Amino acid sequence: MIDRDQVLHVARLARLRLTDEEVERMTGELSTILDHIEKISELDLDDVAPTSHVVAMENVLRPDEPRPSLPREGALGQAPDTDGVGFRVPSPGA
Amino acid sequence: MGAAPVADALAERAYEPVIGLEIHVQLSTRTKMFCGCELSFGEQPNTRTCPVCLGLPGTLPVTNAEAVHFGLMIGMALGCEPAPRSIFHRKNYFYPDLPKGYQISQYDIPLARDGRLGDIRIHRVHLEEDAAKLVHAGASGRIHGAEASAVDFNRGGTPLVEIVTEPDVRSAAQAAEWLRLLRVTLRQLGVSDVNMEEGSLRCDANVSIRPAGEATLGTKTELKNMNSFRFLERGVNAEVARQEELLREGGAVTQETLHFDPRTGALSPLRSKEEAHDYRYFPEPDLVPIAPTEEMLERARSALPELPAQRAERLESDMGLVPDTARLLAFRSDLGDFFERAAAARVGDDSKAIANWIVGELVANIGDADPADTKLEPESLAALVGMVREGTVAGSAAKDVLTTLVAEGGDPAEIVEAENLGAAGGDELARVVDQAMADQADAVEKIRAGNDKATGAVMGAVMRATEGRADGAEVQRLIRERL
Repeated sequence: MIDRDQVLHVARLARLRLTDEEVERMTGELSTILDHIEKISELDLDDVAPTSHVVAMENVLRPDEPRPSLPREGALGQAPDTDGVGFRVPSPGA
Repeated sequence: MGAAPVADALAERAYEPVIGLEIHVQLSTRTKMFCGCELSFGEQPNTRTCPVCLGLPGTLPVTNAEAVHFGLMIGMALGCEPAPRSIFHRKNYFYPDLPKGYQISQYDIPLARDGRLGDIRIHRVHLEEDAAKLVHAGASGRIHGAEASAVDFNRGGTPLVEIVTEPDVRSAAQAAEWLRLLRVTLRQLGVSDVNMEEGSLRCDANVSIRPAGEATLGTKTELKNMNSFRFLERGVNAEVARQEELLREGGAVTQETLHFDPRTGALSPLRSKEEAHDYRYFPEPDLVPIAPTEEMLERARSALPELPAQRAERLESDMGLVPDTARLLAFRSDLGDFFERAAAARVGDDSKAIANWIVGELVANIGDADPADTKLEPESLAALVGMVREGTVAGSAAKDVLTTLVAEGGDPAEIVEAENLGAAGGDELARVVDQAMADQADAVEKIRAGNDKATGAVMGAVMRATEGRADGAEVQRLIRERL
């Protein structure tokens, strides 16, 4: 089970502003998901390694060779707000 | 009454600091951790970015092989066991310096763990990416109070190795001392610039205190932003003192993150909003595991040079140097290299004397400079030390010869000859001693009466007469002979 406060906590971490109805709906949906996980947890999986990846590959590495970066205008081109040099953002502490 | 004895007991209690360090090292690869952008060294903001390190949708990170190599080297150099298979995790938090909303890091299966450097055990070594740089428009330079900020993503995605120690450090001085050892070790590996002021070596400290002798750990605080050895020491000392005062007054330490202000030396808590320790780690699905092959391990192993701690040990055990001298030579590899070349130029037992000349007179002469950049040749230093041993030049005169050698180079024997610095000896010295003993008759009486200190007056007179060219031991011998 997950309660309203936990939903609000997770929503805050994800920077989501939920309406009361959405909080209500999320509480139910997230609880269902957790119930499902708990169901799986009933299985004896002691001998099964946790699955972190679903593709059986390892060591996909790239040589340490430079590739061209974007020109600054390109990098800043899609930013909602810039000062022509950097990406302008609201000050995190303000 | 009543409360006073309790308060006294608290006040008298001895506390022991328990300190663990977390060090971030920027790797000196050519390109970033997960994309081909070159690392930035003061370039114009946002000129070293691409869709990957800007976190644009639809892009995929690919791990830099050289960063893994450097990470393995660091792990091995710190005596860690590389994990047969390690994976990346997403560390989720929102902050403008993190375009994806998560940092790619490692969590429960780091690249390497369980090592030791010097007296301090290493808990883990893992790979991650650096955050971008926030430039605050606010006047204070601190995060609080700034109204608008600009993000420069040049640094974002720079390869980092995070090194976490066990809580084995017991004082601020030990923390700084150990960090020096770590820095010189990393420098020797050639994997990072390890410059604290420029941020390529960064150190946080977890600090708690407990009654001396107890095994349980107290509540810890995390100290950030101590970007020099001096600040690390000051920050930790300030925090230990703060915690002691709290406990002595019957209070309790709150677990929090403290920001060290180098200008004032004060520690202030970061807002809880900024340190939501709720990172919801989960495996990074875009990156496959790293399972170092025998070839990768062998390449890392064979890239390891002799490390400062090993070198100090060797200089102590094989060359008979005292620990402090051995450490100084090992920690400053330029001095160590010069020493080994000079010691090799002589057969036999001048090593200790050469080492003492290097850490004493030579360092006094050249400071932090590399002796190899001066005119002094290791062979000439060895020759000069040999002349002192043989008594052909007195110690004080040899210092002048060294100064000349450092500035102008040349052959020590010729300099001694040309500047008439040769040790006074034979009949000349005997005459000078006779004269000095005649002039210092009072002192001679005292020596006869058993006051050895009075020898100094005669010795001084001899040194004045010879302008320091006399060998002290020889003068002593001549005085005794004449008593």
